This record gives sequence, C-alpha cells and structure tokens, in this order.
Amino acid sequence: MTETFTPLTRFDVPGRIAVSNRAAAAWQTATLTEVRRETPYASTFRFAVPGWAGHLPGQHLMLRLTAEDGYVAQRHYSIASAPDDAGHIELTLDHVEGGEVSGWFHTVARPGDEVEVRGPLSGFFAWTGDRPALLIGAGSGVVPLMSMVRHHRARGLDVPLRLLVSARGPQELIYAREYGAETTPVFTRSAPEGVPVGRMAAAHVAPLLSEQPPGGWEAYVCGSNAFAEHASRLLVAAGQPVERIRIERFG
Amino acid sequence: MNVTRGFTGRPRVHHPGLPPGQYDAGDDWPVLSAEVTPDLAPADWTFRVDGLVERPLTWDWDEAHALPESAYEGDIHCVTSWSKFGVRFGGVSLDAFLHVVRPHVSATHAVAYSHTGYTTNLPLSDLTGGRAWIAFEYEGKPLAPEHGGPARLLVPHLYFWKSAKWIAGIRLLDHDEPGFWEQNGYHARGNPWEEQRYSGD
Repeated sequence: MTETFTPLTRFDVPGRIAVSNRAAAAWQTATLTEVRRETPYASTFRFAVPGWAGHLPGQHLMLRLTAEDGYVAQRHYSIASAPDDAGHIELTLDHVEGGEVSGWFHTVARPGDEVEVRGPLSGFFAWTGDRPALLIGAGSGVVPLMSMVRHHRARGLDVPLRLLVSARGPQELIYAREYGAETTPVFTRSAPEGVPVGRMAAAHVAPLLSEQPPGGWEAYVCGSNAFAEHASRLLVAAGQPVERIRIERFG
Repeated sequence: MNVTRGFTGRPRVHHPGLPPGQYDAGDDWPVLSAEVTPDLAPADWTFRVDGLVERPLTWDWDEAHALPESAYEGDIHCVTSWSKFGVRFGGVSLDAFLHVVRPHVSATHAVAYSHTGYTTNLPLSDLTGGRAWIAFEYEGKPLAPEHGGPARLLVPHLYFWKSAKWIAGIRLLDHDEPGFWEQNGYHARGNPWEEQRYSGD
C-alpha cells in the first residue's frame, strides 16, 4: 500500500523554483571588487564570482569566512543584485554589533579580498517576475526586495510591483537614491519635513489591496521577526490571502 | 582551506555540544517561519496520526494532555547556523501517540504537517525511541505562537526545520516524500552532526 501525501492546507505556496542542487552544494570563491556605503550602518559589497550559476530575485546564499586556525563562520545573506549582472553578485550588510562576519566586512574587508559562497539557495522567496508583487520590508529586510525591484526595472516588466519600505529615518533608508514611483518609504523615528512619522499601518497597506491588479498580489515580507509579524497581520487584516504571503525573517 | 585575510572570528568555544558550522545563539531564539503565524487557540488544536497504522486517531488538546508527560532538556540546532543550549520543552513523547495507533511494519517514513499546511519529512526511526515529542511548553510556560504554540513537533537531534510548528498531524508512509523545505533544496534528513543542510550534503 503506497499513498501520496497531500496536506489540507491554507498555506499551500508550492516550491515554485527548482533549486540546482549542484550549485547549492559547491563552495565558490567570491572576490570583493567594490564597497559602497548605503547608510551609516549598512554597506553594499560587490563580488566577482566567475562560476556563479545565476539566481532569481529573492534568493539567498551562504557565505563563509575562514580563520588561520581553520575556524569557520558562515551566514545566510539575501542577494541584493538583479540576476542579469553576469558573474557578479552584491550583498548589502548591516554592521551588526559584535557580529563576527558583518564586523569583518565593515572593518577589515577591502577590494581584492576573497571569501567563499554557495548558492543560490531556496526557491521559496523567489520572484520570477511573472505575477504582481507587493513587497514590504524594514531595515535591511529590503535587500531581497530590491533585487526584485531592480529585476523589474532592468527587464522593463509590465507586471505591477509596489514596495513599502520602513526605516528609522531618511539617513537609515537603504537604496534611498534608487527608489522610484513604485516605492513608498515609511519613517518610524524621523522624516523629512511634511512626511509623517510612525509605524507602518493599515493606512499604508489597505489602499494597495483595494486597488489590486487582476489576479491579486503575491506578497513578500522581509525584516525582523517583530516587523514580519506586524506586517503580515496588516496584510491579512486588509484581505490578502494567507497562502499568498511569503515571509523571510532575520535569524 | 581558503583563509580569509584578517578574519579571526569570535573567541573559540570548545563546546562538545556544538555541531560543525554552528554558533551559540545565547539567549536569542530566532524565529524563521516562512508563513503567517496562525491564530490557533488550544481549543481549536488537534493532532492526528494516520497513514500506515492499525488505528488512525485524532487527539484534541485535553486528550493529548491526558497522555503521560515527558520533557526534553538539551540543545537545539537551526540550519541557519545558530544553536541554543540547555533548553527545556514540556509535552508528550511521540512514542505515546504511536503506541496507540500501532504503526504497520511497512511504515518507514513520515510526513509531519502543520495547521498552516507546512510539511516536513522524516524517517520513522527519527520519531521513535524517545527522540521526538509533541511540545506544549517552553521553560515551563505555554509555547509562544511564533515558536509554534500551542503545540509543535520537537525532534531536537535534527535541524530545527524538522520540528514542525503548529503541528496538526503525522502521516506514516512506506517511502520518503519531501516536505516544504526539502522541496526547496534542503536535505532529506538534516543531521546537524553531519552538516546535512542542503540536498547533496
């Protein structure tokens, strides 16, 4: 007696993207080519990875640093760059207090340094550009969402895309110069004159759901767990189906 | 070995309980679920064991709590590289549920599924012999919703994505069938001591 299992589910988001097991299994050398400061706490690190198999917006990778005694530290990071940048990837990293990996990047790393990466990993949070996307992020949670915005722009896609991005203030808004009409920033502590200060609220989310594109939105939420809980509740309250909300939480 | 210029890393911890490639998260307990945390009250929670069993059965909250209590005290390990030492979960051993439903000898694997629809696959041998629990409590308090409360599967000897939050049931099968993350490139078994993170590891 053999049976297949199909769960009764509200959360039936399938693994939409086939992940290359070979690409995910092999560590590759990534050479740092450029460092760009984004905010006082975050910088973008650009790498040449000649053998990079390509990725989809929203995917992440695993990165490792190795000390002289063989000690290894590895972390998952979302990819910030669009997929079309052949042989190059960009990561945007917060300088985490006491962070051994982000600390190395922010205080030691310089162009020419080599690290190791494997990936891309996980198709769950990926967006192929095939359906309308409603993106909600906070802090460096905007990184995988920016890969989607850049992809949308680079390909000149017609499919609707909106980004709500929360930051403490204009100084802390990552990629501030790159946003266009698709983006609404929300400032929680300080804002330019005439812009309200406050937490992301129903008033930000509800209008986007009352003007849904045909077929509705795929929602992508990324940030701290507290932000992800808050934003996903706002989406559900505004009528976004639970099974069409993907969440990536820091950790 | 490709040494990273100028990288020293944090002070070395020679903790025999730390699997390769992991670090001690200390007091942090990161939340990494990919779906919306469900609004699930204990009164609405049920747990079913079926598939290749003699007597499929569904327990509600009170019925599950009538089974003998069993606690886990030890460590947990997440595939994203953090480990957490010396945690305590309270609940019921999965053996107690399996004892009632009586698995067929043909049952070799299981799919655990959540009230959200999340799934994860495990060899049946990883769920028996006092190595798996249905957990209701963490450090003596009800398990928080974002950590899988009111009840989650607990299989602490494997990476923690196997410990399905908001556990709804376990179906016993005679073959392995990849669950949610396993279809997304993660390893079929996920043994942290062998660093089985991704498919192919």
